[in-house]
Amino acid sequence: MKVIVNISLKEGVLDPEGKAIKTSLSNLGFENLNDVRTGKQIILNFANLEENEAVLEAKKMCEDLLVNTVIEKYKINILRN
Amino acid sequence: MRSGVTIFPGSNCDRDIIVALKNITGKAPIKMWHKDTEFPNLDLIVIPGGFSFGDYLRCGALAARSPVVKNIKNHISRGGAVLGICNGFQILIEAGILPGSLIRNKKLLFTCRDTVLEIQDTIISPFLSGLKKEHHLNIPVAHNEGNFFASETLLNELKNDGRIAFKYIKEVNNDIDYNPNGSSNDIAGILSKNGRVLGMMPHPERAINNLYGGTDGLKFLTKSFEQIIG
Repeated sequence: MKVIVNISLKEGVLDPEGKAIKTSLSNLGFENLNDVRTGKQIILNFANLEENEAVLEAKKMCEDLLVNTVIEKYKINILRN
Repeated sequence: MRSGVTIFPGSNCDRDIIVALKNITGKAPIKMWHKDTEFPNLDLIVIPGGFSFGDYLRCGALAARSPVVKNIKNHISRGGAVLGICNGFQILIEAGILPGSLIRNKKLLFTCRDTVLEIQDTIISPFLSGLKKEHHLNIPVAHNEGNFFASETLLNELKNDGRIAFKYIKEVNNDIDYNPNGSSNDIAGILSKNGRVLGMMPHPERAINNLYGGTDGLKFLTKSFEQIIG
């Protein structure tokens, strides 16, 4: 079973990459943007775990390694086929 | 002085600091491979710069979970000194040994150039107490993620506790942006609560010979080593 972790910067943390993308988008004529924020996605493919166990395991992984909770926040979703 | 230098896959300033340690102390440091866990007691561990584990996930994140880090933590709890340079600073933060975070440089550029460091009023630290406050240090930086980021609360705490070691400062008659990465309060290096762990973005080992463009790094390292064994 697959669990998707979406990691993004917390509000107030500078995202220079997002800023650069916004500038580039406005150069292309996309003017309806207040802000662009970037993030990353990690897909965890678990073997033999119930959904709730997998989510708990993913949460622990986020806290231990995947996320820097000083600057980042995360969302865990289950990918159902 | 008994010293050690950690080596991770992707470390690339390990040799430079090994040469500096050997030249200054007359004794070669031991090399500490990231998978190893058995080491003799040391006075100083240096975590050198580079791109440990290819900067995957976040700079220093994977290195900070390596077996050797347990040894570094034990060394710190025995009162041992640790110097983390550049990626070494990132690793110390990722390991939870130093607080805050080092994020992308504000202008999105990898910055490699000289910086001028102002020595701050700090708690007692072997890395600072041999230096004269009024003498600035010219030491180069070379990084992409050196922008020190922390909450206002933590920034105030670091300031009030005397844990800010160095700040980038503007040189007279120099127009270039003196802060190379947009770091909060121009912070270039911070200390642990006991003053015996220093994380800094600038590379002292790249300023140990006039052929490299300066010797302020040599001065800083020499004074630090004197204090550590003193």
